[in-house]
Amino acid sequence: MSNYNLTHLDELENESIFILREVFAQFEHPCILFSGGKDSIVVTHLAKKAFHPAKIPFPLVHIDTGHNFPETIVFRDQIVSDLDVSLIVGMVQESINSGRSKEERGKNASRNALQTNTLLDTIELHHFDACVGGARRDEEKARAKERFFSHRDQFGQWDPKNQRPELWNIFNGKHHDGEHFRVFPLSNWTEIDVWQYILGEKIQIPSLYFAHERKVIRRNDTWLPLSEYIQLDEKEVPLQKKVRFRTLGDITITGGYESDADTLEKIVNEVATARQTERGNRADDKRSETSMEDRKKEGYF
Amino acid sequence: MNAYLNMELLRFTTAGSVDDGKSTLIGRLLFDTKSIFEDQLNQVKKSSDRKGLANPDLSLFTDGLKDERDQGITIDVAYRYFSTPKRKFIIADTPGHIQYTRNMITGASTANCALILIDARHGVVEQTCRHAIIASLLQIPHLIVCVNKMDLVNYQEDTFQKTKKDFERFSSKLDVTDIRFIPISALIGDNVTKRSEKMAWYEGSTLLYCLENLHIRSDHNHIDCRFPVQTVIRPKTKAYHDFRGYAGRIAGGVFKPGDEITILPSGFTSKIKTIDTLDGPLNEAFAPMSVTIQLTDDVDVSRGDMLVRSNNQADLNQDIEIMMCWLHNQEPNPKAKYIIRHTTSEAKAIIKNVRYKLDVNTLHRNIENLNIGMNDLARIQLRTTKPLLTDSYRKNRTTGSIILIDENTYETVAAGMII
Ligand SMILES: Nc1nc2c(ncn2[C@@H]2O[C@H](COP(=O)(O)OP(=O)(O)O)[C@@H](O)[C@H]2O)c(=O)[nH]1
Repeated sequence: MSNYNLTHLDELENESIFILREVFAQFEHPCILFSGGKDSIVVTHLAKKAFHPAKIPFPLVHIDTGHNFPETIVFRDQIVSDLDVSLIVGMVQESINSGRSKEERGKNASRNALQTNTLLDTIELHHFDACVGGARRDEEKARAKERFFSHRDQFGQWDPKNQRPELWNIFNGKHHDGEHFRVFPLSNWTEIDVWQYILGEKIQIPSLYFAHERKVIRRNDTWLPLSEYIQLDEKEVPLQKKVRFRTLGDITITGGYESDADTLEKIVNEVATARQTERGNRADDKRSETSMEDRKKEGYF
Repeated sequence: MNAYLNMELLRFTTAGSVDDGKSTLIGRLLFDTKSIFEDQLNQVKKSSDRKGLANPDLSLFTDGLKDERDQGITIDVAYRYFSTPKRKFIIADTPGHIQYTRNMITGASTANCALILIDARHGVVEQTCRHAIIASLLQIPHLIVCVNKMDLVNYQEDTFQKTKKDFERFSSKLDVTDIRFIPISALIGDNVTKRSEKMAWYEGSTLLYCLENLHIRSDHNHIDCRFPVQTVIRPKTKAYHDFRGYAGRIAGGVFKPGDEITILPSGFTSKIKTIDTLDGPLNEAFAPMSVTIQLTDDVDVSRGDMLVRSNNQADLNQDIEIMMCWLHNQEPNPKAKYIIRHTTSEAKAIIKNVRYKLDVNTLHRNIENLNIGMNDLARIQLRTTKPLLTDSYRKNRTTGSIILIDENTYETVAAGMII
């Protein structure tokens, strides 16, 4: 700490805390979009730091497709109780039941895209004017231009060509009724930063990130976990493999890969030498080269 | 691993005219530092094949959104990341297109360093001057001029030296102290991360070495203590019944428990009781740390107030002179009131006076035509509805900068640096 110098992780942490406090100061009804994945866990941890010793002044919002890893839900409920914050769950199943959303069909069907409607309905129902998410600019090329404070119109849409310029550390969260902001405190973090931070801060994460034995099938170049939501064809035989997951999404689309990394140290090393992007195993991004951008314009996370 | 934990962060921005090779250079930096993943590389290989190219087109790594891919130009600021064992780098990739001064200003606003690209075949052109002027106006501490496409001029020293001289002749008028020049070929990789064998006459270091070793510790102001309060933290729990902390990010100087401070604008004085974080109390805190400060006295402090050292205070100002960049396609309305944001405080402001328009290519001050449009820079006098706690931008980039917001659309329409 000599010469008043910060490490890059300190600097990122300080920046994110600043953003979270701006959210609290500039909005009436902010929330944290909590998926149970590592990024939203880190955001939640940073929120704890930002408001200590007070508790986190935002509810956690989970958009639940119903196709979860059971571990994710257990983990979510534990965090909510540890932090003593409120949890709001938006159920994709309810959007389907009400006819608002239509279930996809076919072998690769997933409820991933259906989250958008449920998310927008949940935002409207609770009058959220700021939704804090864990997205990072290094994740995907459509995200590279996302602002920290990203404006959404009344339909929840993102207009990448008409974003507010963001200069210095001055954030403009002004909005009209019915509009909202998505806020991304981890914008400048990379995957390895997140893992190093989790290691350094000893942050609890779901067991799914660690290598473990599990029944999986081979599909689309990845090991998809066996679950009641997945339809197998005749040629697909479940195998027992030691795998881990690099991102967590729906159990139907989150591919694992073989790994022996069963401690945080090993994961950090593995990520540091990884040769594939973390979203490479996500079926939702593989659909087309611009699938993330198209989903984002409509209001996806 | 420990090495990783001691890494510093460097933010830099890139500027150049269209086709000077900016995207290729960024692609080259990412590629040579092994920051490109296999699946990304495969995508780029596929796209390059489709275009009938023999080698993967490195510039495709920085391709952003669909519209741009279709138009083949970058239209906004995009951020890229890479790291070496020494530093993590954040690149604000800004387009070189004529009408996009605002993008460069956006990218430059948080940068410690600017890379300015020049095509060796064309030398210093009008846009080079524009980029250098913007970098200097935004007080980017370090400038690296990359003379690119040296392979197309047979790696000749003369060409490089002439470009360097031309640039220096012009930049002597600017307020930049640290300027370096590097002859490179982004396409082939000369002097980007590896020393070029074809330019033995060049004795300086590679671009990457330069980026890894720039002295950035003094880029923050650690002298003038400034703490703009973001929000007040009052847990109201049993354990913290009397806790009343002021949360914020230090904008300048070093704060310690026991320090005498003055609260602005009220002028009340008090002492720092503790500086708190979740990881425990701190003995000192400095820019740009986010902390929570408790005072020994029960004084009234709220968002927008600023804690300063009693013997070194910010200016309390209602008439504010700024260099403004207009960011919006709708011209300013002379009668309009704007919302002004400055650190954590907010007020209304009118544009009271346009003193001159600055030609960003020549630094010429135009007093004949004072009509302001998108991308124009102008020296302006603002009048605000309440006093703001300002420093000059030269002294402090955080307390010396403002934005203007349209009262009706809420869009950010202007950025200003306080003179
Ligand atoms: N010969 C040569 N060509 C280059 C070099 N750098 C870039 N180019 C080419 O110049 C063109 C424009 O480059 P690009 O990176 O797209 O420029 P940008 O518009 O500044 O991003 C492309 O055809 C590149 O292949 C270089 O160092 N040498």
